[in-house]
Amino acid sequence: MAEVLVLVEVAPDGSGVRKTTLEALTAARVLGEPSAVVLGAPGTAAGVKDTLAEYGAAKVYVAESDDVDAYLVAPKAEVLAQLVGEKSPAAVVIPSTPEGKEIAGRLAIKTGSGFLTDVTEIAADGTATQVAFAGATIVHSKVTVGTPIYTLRGNSVTPEAAAGAAEEETVAVSISEAAKQTKVLDRVVEQKSSRPELTEAAIVVSGGRGVASAENFSVIEGLADSLGAAVGASRAAVDSGFYPHSFQVGQTGKTVSPQLYVAVGISGAIQHRAGMQTSKTIIAVNKDTEAPIFELADFGVVGDLNTVVPAATEQISARK
Amino acid sequence: MNIVVLVKQVPDSGSERSLDSSDNTVARASADNVINEMDEYAIEEALTVKESQGGEVTVLTIGPSTATDAIRKALSMGADKAVHVTDEAIHGSCAVQTSAVIAAALSQLEYDLVVCGAESTDGQVSVMPALLSERLGIPHLSGARKLTVDGTTLHVERQTDGGYWALEAQTPAIVSTWDTINEPRYPSFKGIMAAKKKPVTTMSLADLGVDPSTVGLASATSQVLDFAGRPPKGEGVKVVDEGDGAEKLVGYLAAQKIV
Repeated sequence: MAEVLVLVEVAPDGSGVRKTTLEALTAARVLGEPSAVVLGAPGTAAGVKDTLAEYGAAKVYVAESDDVDAYLVAPKAEVLAQLVGEKSPAAVVIPSTPEGKEIAGRLAIKTGSGFLTDVTEIAADGTATQVAFAGATIVHSKVTVGTPIYTLRGNSVTPEAAAGAAEEETVAVSISEAAKQTKVLDRVVEQKSSRPELTEAAIVVSGGRGVASAENFSVIEGLADSLGAAVGASRAAVDSGFYPHSFQVGQTGKTVSPQLYVAVGISGAIQHRAGMQTSKTIIAVNKDTEAPIFELADFGVVGDLNTVVPAATEQISARK
Repeated sequence: MNIVVLVKQVPDSGSERSLDSSDNTVARASADNVINEMDEYAIEEALTVKESQGGEVTVLTIGPSTATDAIRKALSMGADKAVHVTDEAIHGSCAVQTSAVIAAALSQLEYDLVVCGAESTDGQVSVMPALLSERLGIPHLSGARKLTVDGTTLHVERQTDGGYWALEAQTPAIVSTWDTINEPRYPSFKGIMAAKKKPVTTMSLADLGVDPSTVGLASATSQVLDFAGRPPKGEGVKVVDEGDGAEKLVGYLAAQKIV
């Protein structure tokens, strides 16, 4: 059976394999037998091997070296290119993060291949589905040369458990000087959140300019917590200082595609819609009945978010 | 310091955007075209570096002959000159091919630093800086929310979720910027008038020594097979809160089995 390389994304906080990797392993099964590739500092593979086995990895290539983490991106692309050269896989699937996309691009040039980013689905014949123009257009694409490389958008494929042999193979890592030009001096965590990560969450509750202040974002957080959701913010809210930029959803922020997106005090300008338009179910709360967000919403409440949202939060919590 | 800023003219995301059904490429001719939003931050950063280190800022763009608004904006903000690569053969190129053209153009320019936005709003492939780094063999410092220049050493704070990575590399290098890096300046009236006199050099593939058969749709590394408008959402339900808005919202969530 054809082999498909799947790049493993390990959470930096030590919580193991990220959900995006499980999605990638699941998607890869359509094309062939997934071989997980673990690239990281020595010891990385030990903590994640079991999870990889649970999600169908037939093989686990372990490429560990301090150099991999000490330099930005280029070493990972180099090791992957080496593996592509040695194993001639049918395809490579990489979680679609900024780093994942950079790796995919470099890998494409190194292996003389084409690559497709942010795919939401891969078919058995290699055709991929992508979403263009903030969700307005659905596109089917194909790579025409070399080994197809895909980066898989988060939250598009549901991870499915499948027993895999996870046979380990150690890969010798020797990074060229050319790949060591950008040093990573430090990785700094500025804010830790106990809430789900925005691009992985099943439910997102976002606040916009209507929230009116940083303090009042507690109303958004309250609803999010009652639903076990991630918190997001519109650009207007972030620019006004109501919430940090890392929670921004939109054209210059994150793109999310959760099961449920609740837009509170958000008008629904294209800048924001670009980041959430493909959410499965959309709920809006806004005091302006003409707000464009209502055109997108499956369910909308025209009213004051300061009355509606806390009341809803209370009722949801009471049901638990 | 010689700084090159890459800019792209893209269809305005506030207007209707589409693919051209004759060849499945981005419909550029019919669109309202504007400078890619992220590029304004790149231009601003380039100008800031020039102001502190001295030197020159050159704008480089690849696009149809109509891609002049993006150039004009950059020159109005304060860039010194521009290079516009335009050639019909480039139409329909994938990111891999486009990177070869940009790399060829950069090879003809002198640069210590290349600055560009981390992604464009039309293709959203977001990989151009990495492809260029790969082709030119120069370091890439990506997703910058802060750039510090210390002679030939660059320090970048790379934006991550909840924090940053501290990066270091030597020039020549390419830095891609995130929108957290700065506040782009508005062109002044003086800047707009001065822009008209700044040199814009037009180059074709022949000028760059790029073989036309290596670019364009026919030899692209990936292709769009078909596309369709997303089916419009059915009419949603809208209620006005008369003291019962929360109840109805929660009722909806329950009906969807979310609570």
